[in-house]
Amino acid sequence: MHAPLLKVENLTRMFPGVIALGGVDLEVPEGEIHALLGENGAGKSTLLKILSGAQSASSGAITFAGESYEPSSPIAAQRAGIVTIYQEFSLIPDITVAENIFLGRQPLRNGVVDWDRMIQLAGDICRRVGRTLDPRAIVRDLSVGDQQLVEISRALSMDARLIIMDEPTAALSGPEVTRLLELMRALRADGVTIIFVSHRLSEVMDVCDSYTVLRDGRLVGAGRVADTSVARLVASIVGRESAPTFKRAARKADAASPLLRVENLSYAGHGADAISLHDINLEVRRGEVLGIAGLVGAGRTQLARLIFGAELPSRGTIKLDGHATTIASPRDAIAAGIGLVPEDRKQQALFLDLSSSTNLSVTTLSGLTGWFGWVRERQEKRLFQDFRKKLAIKVSSSDQLVGNLSGGNQQKIILARWLALKPRLLIVDEPTRGVDVGAKAEIHALLCAIADEGVSVIVISSELPEILAVSDRIVVMCEGRVTGELEGEAANETNVARLMLPGATH
Amino acid sequence: MSSSEGMAEAIKSSAGSNTKGALASRAIKLAPLLFLLVIVVFFGLMNERFFSVRNLFNIANEVSVFGLMAVGATFVILAAGIDLSVGSILALAGMVAAVVLTGGTMSSFSIDGAAAQGFGWAAAFLAALAVGAACGGLQGLATTKLRVPAFVVTLGGMSAFRGATLVISGGGPIATSDPAFRWWGQGRVLFDTVPTPVVIFIVVALLAHLTLRYTKFGRDVYAVGGNAQAARLAGLNVDRTITWVYLISGLLAGLAGFLLSARLGSSEAVAGAGFELRVIASVVIGGTSLFGGVGGIGGTVIGALLIGVLLNGLVMLNVNVYWQQIIVGLIIVLAVAFNIFARRGLGRS
Repeated sequence: MHAPLLKVENLTRMFPGVIALGGVDLEVPEGEIHALLGENGAGKSTLLKILSGAQSASSGAITFAGESYEPSSPIAAQRAGIVTIYQEFSLIPDITVAENIFLGRQPLRNGVVDWDRMIQLAGDICRRVGRTLDPRAIVRDLSVGDQQLVEISRALSMDARLIIMDEPTAALSGPEVTRLLELMRALRADGVTIIFVSHRLSEVMDVCDSYTVLRDGRLVGAGRVADTSVARLVASIVGRESAPTFKRAARKADAASPLLRVENLSYAGHGADAISLHDINLEVRRGEVLGIAGLVGAGRTQLARLIFGAELPSRGTIKLDGHATTIASPRDAIAAGIGLVPEDRKQQALFLDLSSSTNLSVTTLSGLTGWFGWVRERQEKRLFQDFRKKLAIKVSSSDQLVGNLSGGNQQKIILARWLALKPRLLIVDEPTRGVDVGAKAEIHALLCAIADEGVSVIVISSELPEILAVSDRIVVMCEGRVTGELEGEAANETNVARLMLPGATH
Repeated sequence: MSSSEGMAEAIKSSAGSNTKGALASRAIKLAPLLFLLVIVVFFGLMNERFFSVRNLFNIANEVSVFGLMAVGATFVILAAGIDLSVGSILALAGMVAAVVLTGGTMSSFSIDGAAAQGFGWAAAFLAALAVGAACGGLQGLATTKLRVPAFVVTLGGMSAFRGATLVISGGGPIATSDPAFRWWGQGRVLFDTVPTPVVIFIVVALLAHLTLRYTKFGRDVYAVGGNAQAARLAGLNVDRTITWVYLISGLLAGLAGFLLSARLGSSEAVAGAGFELRVIASVVIGGTSLFGGVGGIGGTVIGALLIGVLLNGLVMLNVNVYWQQIIVGLIIVLAVAFNIFARRGLGRS
């Protein structure tokens, strides 16, 4: 083991009301590949942002190459020798590979870009990443894997001593993954240190020397990869001391005639970060809460959007009450009695400049109108007051702008919007994202109460405790596929976690 | 579920912070009205003829024409769109009205103007509205079905409709001397006091206000403009709403063209050129957000009055025509900048 190149001590980052990182230590030995592990929301992103200079720490110390390290910006971090490659590439798609590599640092001659030299230098670096990338190629025309090589080439051109890769294999195909892991080994042999963030534990076991595990913003494990196993890493990643604050009472839904059946549903994602779905099969029973677990990018949201008609499947059938139903738009879905509470409230559900009552009645307004589409505002207000009482929505008045409400109350208004339609199936994607702890338990109870009234509810969540707390049954997805279905005793944290982590099953 | 005391507490605190925001937003809404009063007083002090009945009717007549178009543009901009073609639609509709009225493309230079048989003002009126609505509806379909940005569609429409006007007229004006027709532009109603176009403008503005404020269609316009993605996911027919706002904009531009033609007693191919500036400016100065979803007709009427008074007042002060353009341009940019800064200052969370 080598001396640490990067040493993080007692690093803390606080956001209003939230501790994103609580006194984390991290040691990355020089010339090693170090795995940074944890669930979504464990604090990895915050740590990466601090290391890459995109955010500052609230307190704590970082030492890099023996010197105190406190980057004021991403550029400062790069000058110091730390380059971060995010999942979303920072390449400019319409210019050449060489220009991207030397963006902002083009070799000059007499004040103009020295193209010959730039192409030549870029060619040298591209050879180092082990592939015949044409420096004159336009980045847009490259595959995702090759674009990543351009990112790595850029890091190398800056003489980076530490390269941080945030889930670099998530968007790659099998052979591209193998190639990338090879390249990482080659870079290690050249003396480059790498921090590797991945949910794929098999890759971690394959290529990494040491690891650190974060959970809920705290350090929960660190050590040598050779001394651990996939099972122990999984336990360390998901293990939780705190019990969920809400637990759905055990009940058995009628399995004989499911409300919704999805058969061989597939979706071909296009573009660099699109997610494809492969032959999804599942059913939703009447009056049950079906949890869909999985990591970000597993395709859960895509599945919800297909069922809701926001996107069209490339193949497969959706059956309602046993009959194949064409759902070509959200309007079709709504007509069939399906509602969707999307994961991104502000972008996809709320009209921030409109009143709370308008936001609630938007789905039911045609039923509240008289001649010439005149809105019967008194009925509208009554509807609002009904739900305000029923769901304990905290608003000053029905006219209060929905943008001024708390996350939990906004979420309740969106739930009410669908409940007012008396749906048969309600899909709730990340029900408590951006919702504080108190309102969280309230929303969990609400979702279960909705199911108890006979509505089928699909709950999608990245938070395992949430899924475990509210679901009657759990379907687990991973990389666009259903990897398992769990019910009763089997629906526990260990089983779900094993099914949602890629590579953990084989 | 949480205790009712906690709830009452939360309501109290949020209500407290809300009144402050409500006050600030009311101040912003009143700003254009205050500015209007200031320049009215200013021009009145500078020139006593400004307050003469004749001049006030001049202003009202002028405002009525582009004000109608601004009312239409309010629908479009509230739905987060833009319509640059209104000036050209006005010209085309006015020209079609004249052709239908006179029964031919007889130029006013022709001595034998009365020879052709016309179809009367009612046919001309319907023709102008139909042309306007068709132009607008067509542009709406192009934006929604072909997914071409409205800016481009209506920029193309601006050129194409102007061209169509020239084709119909052959370049020259068409005189419209029918008294029943001219009553729509020059007549008076309500015991012979208020000019007809002014009454029409007031009625249309009122109807538009009621539509936006109290009907499902109006709600849909705000929702689509505020967040099109959320509107689609809430089951609203976004494309249909967008098509309708362009149709309404075209329809009102057609009506404005009819009234202008009736007032001037002649339809000209160059009528309404550059009107898109004052139309859009009226809407935006009136507080409607160019990003859609925020604003209303009340503000637009004030914005149109403001621009009408400004144009008239600068003439009364004998300000050089070229300088007038510079001043109007500057005021429009400053007014919009004020609007944006004021909103940002409000700091919506």
